[in-house]
Amino acid sequence: MKHWTREGDRVVAVLDRQEAAVLRGMVGQVKDMLMARGSEMPQDELSALTGIRTAPATPPDDPILGRLLPDFFRLDPDAPDPQEVDSAGALRSVHEPQLIDLKTGVAAVVLDTCPSQGGLVRLTLEQSESWLSALNDVRLALGTALDVTEDMPDELPVEDPRSAHLGVYHWLTFVQESLVEAMMSSLPEDGEPDRDA
Amino acid sequence: MTTPVEQESTQAEFTGAELGVEDTPWQTVVWNDPVNLMSYVTYVFQKLFGYSRDKATKLMLDVHHKGRAIVSSGSKDKVEGDVAKLHAAGLWATMQRVS
Repeated sequence: MKHWTREGDRVVAVLDRQEAAVLRGMVGQVKDMLMARGSEMPQDELSALTGIRTAPATPPDDPILGRLLPDFFRLDPDAPDPQEVDSAGALRSVHEPQLIDLKTGVAAVVLDTCPSQGGLVRLTLEQSESWLSALNDVRLALGTALDVTEDMPDELPVEDPRSAHLGVYHWLTFVQESLVEAMMSSLPEDGEPDRDA
Repeated sequence: MTTPVEQESTQAEFTGAELGVEDTPWQTVVWNDPVNLMSYVTYVFQKLFGYSRDKATKLMLDVHHKGRAIVSSGSKDKVEGDVAKLHAAGLWATMQRVS
């Protein structure tokens, strides 16, 4: 694909068949991982009575899910403050169900608006917001799996098992960067006066 | 359609005092990570907090160069909500009590 372009309040790009397949495949996988985590939620009588959903208080073991669903406190990995561990667990229980809903929701928007055979993608600004978040989630997932660093080279040595997948990561970076550029013009450059003291 | 307008922006230094840190017990911290794009992080700060392009860019650069930046502050509830929004956007954010 080439860059995203703005057509008034629409954001447009053309994906070829393979690009659409890669994107849909990865977005679908991340969505499935998040839904599997969501199904681990405790199904107790109390939740059934109150309708208030809670998530496990402990972070996911999987590093990809851990990055997508971070703790609310920065805990010292060697000597975590027990009180902060409790607070982080409590906040995770409360917020994680909604966070999973939001992330699976934006993934669903991509799957609904990206034709499986490729072709024209024409998004409203709201759909573009969802694409931005979903693309970021997919890059976080792949970046975590590939253990990317800030100065990741364009290519890795062929003997590196990650080399075949790095091209996909860089392509996703291009797609997201181009979409940010297309969306940036929607935001007022001088911000909201009362929130920018 | 939004037309980009060249504007003279006031270069306000970003300090704790401006955010009212002295009066408020909680802060939202965003940490550097190797995946999030600089342009995207700037976009998120503008979108979520209504900050100007200049201020959002300065905060993004703080995250990038210093490893972290305090992007908002206030009551525990407010900061908790800000962290939740940043998590939805995929940024690595945590909350801390002002020490």
